[in-house]
Amino acid sequence: MKIKQSLASRLFDAFNVVVMLLLAAVMLYPMLYVFSASISDNALVASGQVLLWPRRITWIAYEQLVARSELWTSYWNTIRYTAVFVVLTLLATAAMAYPLSKRWLPGRRTILLLAAFTLLFSGGIIPTFLVVQKLGLLDSIWAIVLPPLISTWYLFIMRTFFEAMPEELEDAARIDGCGPLQVLLRIVMPLSMPVMVTIGLFSAVNQWNSFFDALIYLNDRGRYPLQLMLRNILIAGETVQGEGDLSHLETTKYAMIMLATVPILCVYPFTQKYFVQGAMIGGIKG
Amino acid sequence: MARGSRLLAALSKHRALYLLMLPGVLYYIIFKYVPMYGIVIAFQDFSIGRGILGSEWVGFKHFVDFFYYTPDAWKLIRNTILLNVYDLIFHFPLPILLAVLFHELRSARFRRIVQSISYMPHFLSTVVIAGILVTFLSPTTGIVNALLVQLLGLEPIAFLGMPEWFRTVYVGSEIWQKLGWGTILYMAAIAGIDPALYEAAKIDGASRFQQIRHITLRGMVPIMIVLFVLTLGNFMDASFQKILLLYNSMNYETSDVINTFVYRRGILDADFSFATAVGLFQSAIGFVLVVAANRFVRKHSDTSLW
Repeated sequence: MKIKQSLASRLFDAFNVVVMLLLAAVMLYPMLYVFSASISDNALVASGQVLLWPRRITWIAYEQLVARSELWTSYWNTIRYTAVFVVLTLLATAAMAYPLSKRWLPGRRTILLLAAFTLLFSGGIIPTFLVVQKLGLLDSIWAIVLPPLISTWYLFIMRTFFEAMPEELEDAARIDGCGPLQVLLRIVMPLSMPVMVTIGLFSAVNQWNSFFDALIYLNDRGRYPLQLMLRNILIAGETVQGEGDLSHLETTKYAMIMLATVPILCVYPFTQKYFVQGAMIGGIKG
Repeated sequence: MARGSRLLAALSKHRALYLLMLPGVLYYIIFKYVPMYGIVIAFQDFSIGRGILGSEWVGFKHFVDFFYYTPDAWKLIRNTILLNVYDLIFHFPLPILLAVLFHELRSARFRRIVQSISYMPHFLSTVVIAGILVTFLSPTTGIVNALLVQLLGLEPIAFLGMPEWFRTVYVGSEIWQKLGWGTILYMAAIAGIDPALYEAAKIDGASRFQQIRHITLRGMVPIMIVLFVLTLGNFMDASFQKILLLYNSMNYETSDVINTFVYRRGILDADFSFATAVGLFQSAIGFVLVVAANRFVRKHSDTSLW
């Protein structure tokens, strides 16, 4: 059965498709341009002659970046920080969320309220900085990994997920003599893969993309993560150590953006499902 | 007394569970609640050597310093409020509009593709976005000025060197980055609307626009309210990290906000007490705003944050 569409309705459909195509173009163009510029001739890019497609294709910008050891050190730092952060975040969040998912546990409500309050009010940049300093964490991986370790949103998402799990599953393990830690590691966490993957991915992307904690907590260039190195070069206009050749200045900037973004863009299509899922659980359950 | 002994009994009975929670609880104490206590240095002349207990109390001295003796105080407050208000004006309604347009698309496949594309910018880092902006907007080598000169015959504009352009650049990039991702919760709300409502409306002869207004938009109201209150909760600190990356001494007039000032005075100049006082002023406003907004929506609707 086909209902005849009114003219207004069909016009609206056409308008909608045009809006969507424009939107897609606006969203994609900057990334496409960055890619094109990164493999084009520097002079053409600098004089504005590369508009969409690459011209006089060359990989020289990437070749120049490969030679910069500082960049690779920061890349490795980012990978390290991200991996350690994700593992510790998942463990610490799950270990706290699991007891909090037991409705009968005395004191549960108080702890949940105290955690929720931190969403509304925080000590702010300076007092947090002073704590990190006092603990002697400055200039170490722990200054990057520990301060953002548990996110209250993720804690609540995980707790909600654990609450929905049937207790009988855990009872069987408990009868076999498993303590809560073993129940969590062997039963609860493996059965919560969707939420673990979602939160793991969110944490990984956040850590990969973050620069501010590194900016205030790290002084040693050898410990800088990629984003901070990128910031110093792209925005503060700092030149990379040992760089004498400025003939590829523009294209190396674009190549650097590509190098920092490609890992995220590669992972993104496969994990989009989880991200969307995560945003929804997080949003609906506060 | 009875309460205390019951707590002790619970503690020993569920020892293992409490132990499991311990790292998390310690985290909250050390990295959330100790800094909250640390706010007291806003009322001291804090020095690291003497610590919080040994530092001299000075009352509201730093607040007076900020409001009366800091020439930029008014500018900072104005910029913070204006950047956030502009952000709210564009950033709040646009995802709602886009979600409705997504929903109205006839081809589910086309919709999925456009949705995926529109989520992408959300995953780019702040540094990458700011880096793209700085290079694109460069008056000498940037693509934007190349287009302005070649296509429109205009003179190049130093966007980030002019205070009058900062708000546009900032708000525009925020929209670009967050528009698509912002539709997700609205799409979820729309998916939860009973399709029978649309059928009934069609039978009653409701036009498409009437359906959008009375069914789709109405179904999104609860989530709009929640997101609005949440947005107000973050109202004062917006995307301070992006501002920190984009601002420079040439555009301070419109770009310098309270948080960037706190960063300069606190971290760069190590003027801890003063910077904490200014930061406290900002978080107090944010706290009052979210509590007030929540009270307001609780009174006037069925939805609220708590």
